[in-house]
Amino acid sequence: MTRVTGASRPQDVPAGQAPAIGVFALQGDVREHERVLTALGARTSPVRGAADLAGLDGLVIPGGESSVMDKLSRLLGLAPAVRAAIDDGLPVYGTCAGMIMLADRIANPITGQQSLGGLDITVQRNAFGSQVDSFEARLSVPAVSSEPVDAVFIRAPAVLQSGPGVEVLASVPSERLESGVDCGLVTGSVPVAVRQGNLLATSFHPEVTGDWSFHRYFLDRVVRRGP
Amino acid sequence: MSNTTESSAASYTSNPADPTPGAIEDSGQGSPRTGTARVKRGLADMLKGGVIMDVVTAEQAKIAEDAGAVAVMALERVPADIRAQGGVARMSDPDLIDQIVESVSIPVMAKARIGHFVEAQVLEALKVDYIDESEVLSPADYVNHIDKWDFTVPFVCGATNLGEALRRITEGAAMIRSKGEAGTGDVSEAVKHIRTIRGEIAKLSALSKDELYVAAKELQAPYELVAEVAREGKLPVVLFTAGGVATPADAALMMQLGADGVFVGSGIFKSGNPEARAAAIVRATAQFNDAAAVADASRGLGEAMVGINVGDLPAPHRLAERGW
Repeated sequence: MTRVTGASRPQDVPAGQAPAIGVFALQGDVREHERVLTALGARTSPVRGAADLAGLDGLVIPGGESSVMDKLSRLLGLAPAVRAAIDDGLPVYGTCAGMIMLADRIANPITGQQSLGGLDITVQRNAFGSQVDSFEARLSVPAVSSEPVDAVFIRAPAVLQSGPGVEVLASVPSERLESGVDCGLVTGSVPVAVRQGNLLATSFHPEVTGDWSFHRYFLDRVVRRGP
Repeated sequence: MSNTTESSAASYTSNPADPTPGAIEDSGQGSPRTGTARVKRGLADMLKGGVIMDVVTAEQAKIAEDAGAVAVMALERVPADIRAQGGVARMSDPDLIDQIVESVSIPVMAKARIGHFVEAQVLEALKVDYIDESEVLSPADYVNHIDKWDFTVPFVCGATNLGEALRRITEGAAMIRSKGEAGTGDVSEAVKHIRTIRGEIAKLSALSKDELYVAAKELQAPYELVAEVAREGKLPVVLFTAGGVATPADAALMMQLGADGVFVGSGIFKSGNPEARAAAIVRATAQFNDAAAVADASRGLGEAMVGINVGDLPAPHRLAERGW
C-alpha cells in the first residue's frame, strides 16, 4: 500500500492505531526526533530514499544543515518524491533546516541551493546571527499549548514573508534578528512557527528540549487532523 | 526506545538541566539565554551525519561548502603541513578567519591551543561558531585545559579514550572527537580511539553501582557523569571522529564503527582532486551502510593524499599524545 502516490490526501489513521512517521535521515538530529515521536506512541522509520515514503502517515524533517540536506536529497532522488508526497497532502513537520527545506523561497541560499518547497514562505538562513547569538527562550504559542513552549534556536532561520494561506503560530521580537537581515520586510515581530494545511514548521528545536507540545500538535492536529 | 509515556520525559534528554555556572535564571517569556549547554550541545547535534573539513583559505571554504560540508575548520596550515614544517603551531590570523567567516554560510570552527584561553577569547570575539581546543596545535599549557564553561561559544575537544572524553566534558566541552593521528592519512589511530571509547562505554554499562564508583575513580571523571554514561550507553555529547580519514571508505568505516560524523583534515586539500574527493566523502558519510554507494563515491577521485604510516612516526611526533 503506497498512500503517498495517490491523488488524494493520505487516509485517516484509524483511532487507536499508531501513526507511521518517517524521519528524513540524510543528516542532522534524526535520533532526537525519533525518540520524541516514539515516546508519543508513533512508529518511526528512517527515510533515505523514495521507497521509504511508502505507507507513511507523516514525515519529519529534522534540524541540520539545509544546504547538505538539499544536496543529498537531490543526489539520492528523494527530493522530487517528497515534493510529490507534499503535493498529495502528506503531513510534514520541519524544524530549523527542515523549515528551510519546506520553504518556497530561501532569501540567502548557498550557490545552487534549492528547497523542496510547499510552504508559502520566504526564509532567511541564520537569521539571528552566529552560534554565539543562538539562544533559548519560552514562547507563547496559544494554538499549540496553554503553557509557554520551551524553544531552542540554533543558528536558526526566520520567516521574512508569508503568503495569505500561512498561519503564524509563534513569533519573536524582530530586534533579535541579526542587523540588516530583515530587508525591510519585518516589523515588530518575526514568525518562527508556521502552519499551512498539512505543513508545519518551526525555526527552533523542540526535539532537544523535552517539551513535546509541537510533536503532539503535529501528531494530533496535522497527521490525525483532530480539533 | 521503549519509552511510551511522557512520565519518562525527565530522563529523555541527556542534558535537560543547564549546568552552566552563572547562567541567568529563566524567568519565563522574554528572557532569552545564550550559551546554555542545550544551545552548545545542540549545534553539535545538528552536525550529525556530516563532514567537517579543514580549510586554509576562503576559496577552500567555498569549495567545501559547495561539496556539502556541514561545517568548515579554519586554520593556517593543515596538519600534514604542520607536521612537515614543524615549529610552533598557533591560532590562525584573525584576518584569515574573518575571510572564511565571510565566504560561507555554514558553521565555521577554528582551533585554539590546548590551555590557551586567550586564543579562545579572541576566537569568540571573532564570532566563530565552534572552537576546537586542539592537540594539532602546540599546547600552551601542559597541565590545564581551558575552562570551557566560561564561554558562550561551544568547544569540541579530542580524546583517545573514555576518561579523556569525560574530563573534557567536565571542563565544558559540548562535543568530542576521537583524535586519531592528524596529518597522516593513516586511519588506524582513528579506528583505535573510537573502538576504545565505545568499548569502554559498553563495559561501563555492564557495571553495578558500587563498581561505578571505582570506575569513576579510574576514569578520573565525576561519578554523576560516569553514571549517566553507564545508564544511557553513550556520551552526553556528540562523538565525531578525526585524524587520518582520507577516502570515502575511511569515512564510512568510522561511521559504521559508531561515529556521529567525520572531521577530514589534510585528506581533502592534500589530494589530487579536492572538489570531487570532498563531495565523495560527504556522500559516503551519509550512505555509510550502503556498500554500492560507497563504491560509487570512491570512483574517479584521482590520487589520495600520500600519507605517513603512524608506526613510522617517532613517539614525540604523535599529536594524539598531547592532552591528558
